[in-house]
Amino acid sequence: MHPAYSVLVFTTFSGAGYGLLVSMALFGMTGGVPPDRWLGVSGFVLALGMITVGLLSSTFHLGHPERAWRALSQWRSSWLSREGVLAIATYLPALLLAVWWVVLGSLDGAANLFAIMTIFFSIMTVVSTAMIYASLRTIRAWFNPHTVRVYLSFALWTGALWFNLITHVFGVHTPWIGVFLVSTGVLALFFKRKYWIFIDTHPTWVPPESALGLKDVGKVRLLDAPNTQENYIQQEMGFQVARRHAMSLRRVAFFGYFLIPWLVALMTVESEPWLRYLGAAAAVVIGMAGTMVERWLFFAEAKHTVNLYYGAETS
Amino acid sequence: MTMLPPENAGKKLGLVIDLDTCVGCHACAVNCKEWNTSGHSAPLPDDNPFAADASGVWFNRVHSYECGDGPASRTVNFPRSCLHCENAACVEVCPTGASYKRAEDGIVLVNEDICIGCKLCSWACPYGAREYDHDAGVMKKCTLCIDRIYNENLDEEDRVPVCVSTCPANARHYGDLGDPNSDVSRLVAERGGVSLMEELGYQPVNQYLPPRPRRTGEGDGPKSLPPSRPPSPLPIGDSASASGAAGDGLFRWIDRMLSR
Repeated sequence: MHPAYSVLVFTTFSGAGYGLLVSMALFGMTGGVPPDRWLGVSGFVLALGMITVGLLSSTFHLGHPERAWRALSQWRSSWLSREGVLAIATYLPALLLAVWWVVLGSLDGAANLFAIMTIFFSIMTVVSTAMIYASLRTIRAWFNPHTVRVYLSFALWTGALWFNLITHVFGVHTPWIGVFLVSTGVLALFFKRKYWIFIDTHPTWVPPESALGLKDVGKVRLLDAPNTQENYIQQEMGFQVARRHAMSLRRVAFFGYFLIPWLVALMTVESEPWLRYLGAAAAVVIGMAGTMVERWLFFAEAKHTVNLYYGAETS
Repeated sequence: MTMLPPENAGKKLGLVIDLDTCVGCHACAVNCKEWNTSGHSAPLPDDNPFAADASGVWFNRVHSYECGDGPASRTVNFPRSCLHCENAACVEVCPTGASYKRAEDGIVLVNEDICIGCKLCSWACPYGAREYDHDAGVMKKCTLCIDRIYNENLDEEDRVPVCVSTCPANARHYGDLGDPNSDVSRLVAERGGVSLMEELGYQPVNQYLPPRPRRTGEGDGPKSLPPSRPPSPLPIGDSASASGAAGDGLFRWIDRMLSR
């Protein structure tokens, strides 16, 4: 599948934004961090900013961005529509929680309800994003239970990286935040590895003979394509990364999204303040960049059934 | 509304395509483009039509395949267009309601006035039936010539999809596949018509008739074919062709010189 940059930016940044909201709400609600005003301002501005930038970015690949509001109407059948509705719904409890945190300086009473709602809607929005892909039977690499787990664990992990950074900066970092960071990182590593193992062992979904409805005719080979130059279908659905490159990019992604940020964040946690800030910031930047590579591969490695009509042997 | 219609009238208009008789002439595809570029979803744009990288929107495309090996091998020409699935994924994934399936006859259409051009429907379609119009920023697809089949300005016999009326091999048939007694349903039953990628569960309405079995056995077809002459060896060297002989020799000599 063709990796559209607007969609890569959208899923990476909005995922991190929702993950940061989950971290803020979770640690705020449980008293893991105090309702420090500037921690609140920076946390909510960063989280809602990344979400908003991501949502705006996702409209750039539309043919008619001015009609994007119409995408909220079909939530009964469409995961894309559900995602839009849930993304907008998340702003309400998140903004209320931000007001209680920043203005009232209190995380008691009603703030607990807003925190729980923020966590619930954030997670459901990320699940809907993943389900847009996981519901497409045409793409074996997406139509499986691993897709949702990967999107959700990456959102929590990249959000935790940002949360780690701001709690260091405002001097409210605790060992529990370190535990949360380390475990969400391991979760993302685990689910992505399971995902890659799955797509490597399940390359074929529909055989070429079934695409043509032909049985007992022997092996089917493309003799003549309908068109001499690539058409829309081939450009959009036919994008494939060479397997050799995919393997080296998977290594790059592994180092970028997991290993380097995980080690850097872990090793600098007890060091001098300047090294702590630097380590946490480097972990964020490398982790986000690595996630972009992972997202690019998620598209580039995915094969669509329509390629069977254009001579592909697996879908 | 992109929910599929709960219960339609039982009418399922669609096509039956005979892979045995299709000769792969592309007439259906060309006439489809011709009619539809001024029809319901007009225009069907072309990008760089006169350049080396020409591309454009087509609702119908004809592929040709080689099947099997040796004497048992055969060529199968394969026209591909929207199958107007009963369980149309392209309709359900649409976030705006622009993609819809008509309850009265099962035709799948796009309302171009509310389509946002997100392309998700084209990802959901396993058959590649939908093509994006970069100029208009909306998705386009086969309408089953909805502007012909109900067009009272046309003669009765012309109220069929244009790909059907134009097919010189009579390989395309149009009718109601929801009616078990219709000509198309009988044809499907008689010839063992098949659905494409049945395992995905989209229940395409359009059916394909597989090629008839080859005549191979004794007394099954012409008894003996005239023995074919062994192919004569290709002419080589200066005797190649009258017009190019001298030139060919010269180039071959230059080639030999340069290859040393």
